[in-house]
Amino acid sequence: MTAQRFFRSPWRMAGYILLVIITLLWLVPFGQAILTSLRSYNDIMINGFFSWPKTISLKSYVEAWERGGLSKYLPNSFIITIPSLVFTLFLSSLSAYALARFRFRGNRALYFLYVGGTMLPFQVLMLPVFRLTNALGLYDTYWGLIAFHTAFQLGFCTFLLRNYMRTVPGEILEAARMDGCGEFRIWWQIMMPLTLPALAALATLEFTWIFNDYLWAIILLRSDSLKPVTAGLATLQGQYVTDWTVIVAGALMATIPTVIVFLFLQRYFIEGLTLGATK
Amino acid sequence: MAQRNIFPRLVPYFFLIGPLILYLIWVIGPMFYTIYLSFTNWDGVSSPALIGWRNYQKLFRDPVFYISLGNNLRWMVCFITIPVVGGLALALTLNRNIPGAKFFKTSFYAPMVLSLVVCGLIWSWMYHPAKGLINETFRAVGLDSLAQGWLSDRRLVMWAIIAVGIWRQVGYVMVLYLAGLQGIDPTYVDASRVDGCNSWQTIWHVILPLLSPVTVVVVVISIIDSLRAFDLVSVMTRGGPYYSSSVLANFMYIEAFNNYKMGYGASISVILFLLSAVFIFIYLWRVLKTELEY
Repeated sequence: MTAQRFFRSPWRMAGYILLVIITLLWLVPFGQAILTSLRSYNDIMINGFFSWPKTISLKSYVEAWERGGLSKYLPNSFIITIPSLVFTLFLSSLSAYALARFRFRGNRALYFLYVGGTMLPFQVLMLPVFRLTNALGLYDTYWGLIAFHTAFQLGFCTFLLRNYMRTVPGEILEAARMDGCGEFRIWWQIMMPLTLPALAALATLEFTWIFNDYLWAIILLRSDSLKPVTAGLATLQGQYVTDWTVIVAGALMATIPTVIVFLFLQRYFIEGLTLGATK
Repeated sequence: MAQRNIFPRLVPYFFLIGPLILYLIWVIGPMFYTIYLSFTNWDGVSSPALIGWRNYQKLFRDPVFYISLGNNLRWMVCFITIPVVGGLALALTLNRNIPGAKFFKTSFYAPMVLSLVVCGLIWSWMYHPAKGLINETFRAVGLDSLAQGWLSDRRLVMWAIIAVGIWRQVGYVMVLYLAGLQGIDPTYVDASRVDGCNSWQTIWHVILPLLSPVTVVVVVISIIDSLRAFDLVSVMTRGGPYYSSSVLANFMYIEAFNNYKMGYGASISVILFLLSAVFIFIYLWRVLKTELEY
């Protein structure tokens, strides 16, 4: 439908204007955050939010990056997120393959175990996992956090990959088996390449989830030097209680990695979300 | 060869063993261990000793527990109504090829990319009593009486936080419904038009029933998300003022990690688990039914 034809009905026109207004309202928090981060806090405090900015500068960003500690928090987020992501995708593709392609006792029960675990309010695991990391000597290390993220995300990844792998035609795998291909080679050289679209979708989604985790970071880490950016921002908030421009600038900087992932891999991101819910 | 007979039956277990052990140690084991801890007086340092039902007796007399439970229920009711209706309406609107559909979609799911911590911080500033955007806007248009202490007023604070959750959730629901709409065979819709349905009748009698599997998923996800509520509260108010915005997860965190009553905290998490178990089972039941259709 061309735009001209679309707007011929006055009702449609009115509805469209309403939609535009709601959408713009939805974006207001982003807009006000960006505006705030470029101003000085004194200026806002003295002249009010709607005054014309006295100065526009990136000072708050520099402050948040240097003294606020984002220069160490942001790299920490990657140090935690990337290994967790790789491990969980690798391990879940193994278990998903077994659940999707073999008949054995307990197959369905295991599948339900993974699906059920995914839906758990993960706070339920908070105290035992805290105790476990202490007992294993992993408390206050990257590895404790990586191990937990890897294990917890296994549920969702296995669920999603298993359903995807079931859609791969069995004849392809059967043909390989006939040719004497070993099971691990079938998994790695045939199944994995065919699962790439699902893996890509899953990777973008999981990256965002693990990167944005806050609860586990504050429970399993104590040292300020190890904190990822979510926990770091909470520290920053305590440190700069009275300077919102720095806090907001820090918050915006913390979202840059996920925004980049989202902008470039948007299609996969949306696919990941919907794969989980509609399959 | 005997080996050849045994081997194929073991193959799936080779694939399963690694991930499964990890999952049992870090997820399934801890789930049961929480139940054990809830019957102990563990303080996080010394070794736990069993004290029977005392944590639960204390919990059921604790007013903060009822406040938190009530807040979780409010959160749940809001989450299964507002974002679901809003997300569905947006999906129905944006599924048609209206000009700029892509811009609208991106705008609505953009908040989903932000971490809850960032959402909480950005909105805390919007809610700032003196210079926050919301109060400044009210003052600018002469509605000074509407300017509130959004996060300091005990009656308002919970709704103010839930609003942030809704802001982030609507786009998610919209995406799920959009995917559901893509899956509807257009011939059904055409047939209803041929039979004389208007737009509303088509939506009500044809599209909504066809979307009901998506609705089940959306509602279950919304309920689970509302029980998981923690980050926003933790960043925006820590449950205050006077526990008025406390939710179960936050209450548990404070009892366990600020007051070192880990056994007591565990009893809160068992309640949280029982609440969610109801909905997890409903969901698994649905998954089982679709599985059996294969």
